Order: sequence, then C-alpha cells, then structure tokens
Amino acid sequence: MNKQMTAADAVARLRDGMTVGFGGWGPRRKPMAIVREILRSSLKDLTVVAYGGPEVGMLCAAGKVKKLVFGFATLDAIPLEPWYRKIRESGSLELMELDEGMFQWGLRAAGMRLPFLPTRCGLATDVTRLNPEIRTIRSPYEDGETLLAMPALKLDAAILHVNVADRLGNTLVTGPDPYFDHLFARAAEACYVSAERVEERLQLDAAQARFNTFERYLVSGVVEAPCGAHPTSCPSDYGWDMSHFKRYVASATEPGGWQAYMEEFVQPGEAAYQDRNGGIERMAGLPLPVF
Amino acid sequence: MNENTPFTLAELMIVAASEAWRDNGEVLASGLGIIPRLGAGLAKLTHSPELLMTDSEAFLVEDPIPVGPRGDYVPKYSGYMSFERVFECVWGGRRHAMVGPTQIDRWAQTNLSCVGDYRQPKAAMLGVRGLPGNSINHINSFFVPNHSPRVFVAGEVDMVSGVGFKPERWDDGVRRDLMDIRVAVTDLCVMDWQGPGNSARVRSLHPGVSFEEVQEKTGFPLLKAEGLGETPHPGAAQLEIIRRLDPHDLRAAQLKGNPPGIRPAA
Repeated sequence: MNKQMTAADAVARLRDGMTVGFGGWGPRRKPMAIVREILRSSLKDLTVVAYGGPEVGMLCAAGKVKKLVFGFATLDAIPLEPWYRKIRESGSLELMELDEGMFQWGLRAAGMRLPFLPTRCGLATDVTRLNPEIRTIRSPYEDGETLLAMPALKLDAAILHVNVADRLGNTLVTGPDPYFDHLFARAAEACYVSAERVEERLQLDAAQARFNTFERYLVSGVVEAPCGAHPTSCPSDYGWDMSHFKRYVASATEPGGWQAYMEEFVQPGEAAYQDRNGGIERMAGLPLPVF
Repeated sequence: MNENTPFTLAELMIVAASEAWRDNGEVLASGLGIIPRLGAGLAKLTHSPELLMTDSEAFLVEDPIPVGPRGDYVPKYSGYMSFERVFECVWGGRRHAMVGPTQIDRWAQTNLSCVGDYRQPKAAMLGVRGLPGNSINHINSFFVPNHSPRVFVAGEVDMVSGVGFKPERWDDGVRRDLMDIRVAVTDLCVMDWQGPGNSARVRSLHPGVSFEEVQEKTGFPLLKAEGLGETPHPGAAQLEIIRRLDPHDLRAAQLKGNPPGIRPAA
C-alpha cells in the first residue's frame, strides 16, 4: 500500500511511444518536476494529451513529442507558448486539435470505458475536417440529429501535480479549481501524482476531505515534489513565476536557447533547479495571480 | 449628465460592448480581455443586473470585480463556477461570450488556431480553445481592437475554429438553431451578420469614421444597416462606473496610442 516513489521511478515506468496525459491547465498546476525528469530521460515518440502549458512547449523543444492532442497551448500572462509555437510552425508535429469541451468529453468516455460520447462541439468547424478519424453519429431517437461521436481519449499514463497526497495515493487539490485532473486519472492505465507534501496517511475533517477529487485506486505512484509545479502556479500554495517564464520564452529566440535552458535548469536536477530559481522559500512564496 | 465629458475610444468600445449583453436574460456574461470584461461589468451594473459573472477564475460574483491589482478589495462570492461547470453552462446554452479571434470571415466563422497552412503554419496562435463548442452552443460576440483585412479576411478563415453561417459547412441533420452570433465591436464600428442571408452589416460607426473607411479595411463586402448612425457616446455615469471597474486604467493600454473617442479632424 505504500505507493511513494521518486520522479525517476515514475518516469522509468513510461515507455517510448506511450500516450501520456498531463493534468493542470495552461500555466496552472502542471506536474513540472516529473516533466523535468522526462526531459532528462531518453523517452521519445510520446503522444502528449494536455490542456497545454509550458510542459507542452518543453517536451516539444526536447523532441519528445510525436503527436499532440490539445485544445490550446498558452502561458496565459504570455499568451503564445514559445516552444509549442516554434515546433508547431516547423511542421514536424502530428496534431489532434480539439475543442476544450470535446477534450474533457473524450477523457470522460475513456474513464467510463465507452468508445465515444456524443456532442455538438466541433461540428461545422475544421476540427472535424482535420481529424477525419472523428466520426459523426445519428441519434437513434425521433429527432435523428447528427452528432459528433467524440472518441475516448485513452491514456497509457496520466501525470498530475496536487497540493497534498499520502502514501496510499489519497490526494487533495486545495486550489479553487480542480481543472480536469480527475478525468485524466480515470482515463489512464496508470496515474503518477506528484505532491507538494506527502503524508503517511491523511486524517482529515469533512471540510478538508472535500478537496479530494479522485480515488486512490486510480493512483499508481506518489512522488514528493515541493514546488513541483514551478514555474506554473499551484493554488492555494503559490503563483506562477513570471521571471522564469520570461527566461524560458527568451530561450526560444536565442541561438542554442533550448540547450542552454536544459543545462541551466533541467540537467543538474531538482535541488539545483530550486537554487537557480532563488531557493525553495522564494518559489513557495510566489504570489498567486490575480485574474 | 454632461454630454461633453471627454472619453477615449476604449471607453466608447466598452459601452458598445456592454450593449451586446442587453436583454440576454440570466446568462453567464464572459468578456475575454479587458475591454469586453469591462463591457460585461458595465452591463451588469447598469441595464442588465440579471447577468451572471465570475471572478475570472472559479467563483460567481454579483459585484463585478475591478480589473488589475485589487488592493484592499475583497471579492464577495455568490457561488461556484469551475471550468468543469463552465462547460456544463456552455453546453446548456446559458452564456454570452465576447472573444477576440485572430481572423473573422464573411460568414462570421472565426479562427484562433493558426495563420497560413495548417500543417506548417506561418503563425501558430493559441489553438481552437473553446471556440467550436462556444459557437455552436450559445450567444457569441467578437472584439476586434485592430479592424483590418488581416482580421476580417477576404476568403474563409485559415482554420475554422468557431462555426458561422456558411451552409456548406453544415452537414444534414446538424442543429444550426443553437448558434447565435450577435455583434463585432471593433475600433471603427459595430457590425453584425443580420443582412440578407446572414451577410455582414455595419450597425454603427464610431465618431469620425466613415462607412467607406470600414469597407476599405474589411476583406469582404459590407452592407449598411437600416438606421446606420454613430455609436453612442459614453455618458458621465457610465464613465464613472468604468473608472471604478478599472482603477488602474488598464483600458488605456488596450488600443495602440489610446486614441480619443472622437477623432480629431485630419
């Protein structure tokens, strides 16, 4: 029942060519410590499924992504994700570009072990023209309506970052919005969760327990990763790091920029990463963004 | 009311945007970007208190939250509206969003994905985001801070992200009656698609702008709406509310050069 492991243990369970979903939303609560571990690994040819933020750009920059299943990639305060943009414009990415709502619908279908779920989203747009594998279906009832049959987005693995976990795999998301992490967990064969704090066993009152958004039977591994969402935000603990984002954005326009970013922030490991971002106290104290 | 209060073009556009939410009923008003958001807030605080709004994160509020740093202001929440619930709202049709697409065409189709060839685009933008689902499910309006043929393109948008009125795009049996495209508020005019066969029209021109100029800066033919006149000027009471909702004057940075609402004579 002890599911605690290191980020390296979790990444060692992944294989080339896997379909991997990343929780969070844009620059919010992304499992960046595990993403950095993937960047350090030899993994390749991944199909990345995400409401994209910097994890998408970084995995693209590092040549890890064969196919991207997404609705957007953004850093919010900096609207265009720099490395996604650069790699996307080079024409080398396979894409399945989906409406944000279709995306969660596909995860939901996978979690419920259904081949598809019907929706109107995506009809009459290029989402259907560009993804001919997405079919339509006719309602079997009197209305006879033509609907889009959003295929299940089945994941080999989901990678999430939460505020609190215990060694059994119980998790709490204490920010105001849980996003769709619970659906990623349900859609995946295996789910690896990094957490700001890992406890032996959660012992909560009823109000705290409501911050639990999915069951521990979905969780295969728990990784302790303080400030593990940095440079993205981790409400209610800390905000995103604009100065780091700016440094990262600049790497996309500098010659050898990605290699330099890797050498400065990724290759030396998490302890050095924290030092180079002003230390864990600074990172943990980054103010939450105001919308 | 002093009708001679000076105002900026951004303030004129906020007032024009607020009009889009008039008589919508109890729907979620989502203004994406500073000017649309201030327009939604102004609508709620003046003619349409029934509108629902969020804190732009996850909670519902009855008092629109001022944009930018909040200082001592502490929001009071009236409910919850996570992203998951926003989709439930969208698919149920109880929302009017005003968004700023990269491209808009004569059929009111929109693009937020990329410019140029899809496989190897000249410019990758955000991605389709929620446009496909929003556009087919609920009321939508557009905000365009730089009216030009680059936005209002001559042909079809490069990647159709939001649905429009092009019949060839709609297969048999697909419901078209749930889509509802209202207006585009631009830095030159207010437009709609209520001409014959959903053709684009100019409803009102901003002070000092001619129909000919709007046509010249639009990639497709425009009609003049019946009663085409000048976009209403902000009144003193509206300007007071706008200042309260935008205490740091973020609106001044939304249009290049923060032009005055009434163009100086050339």
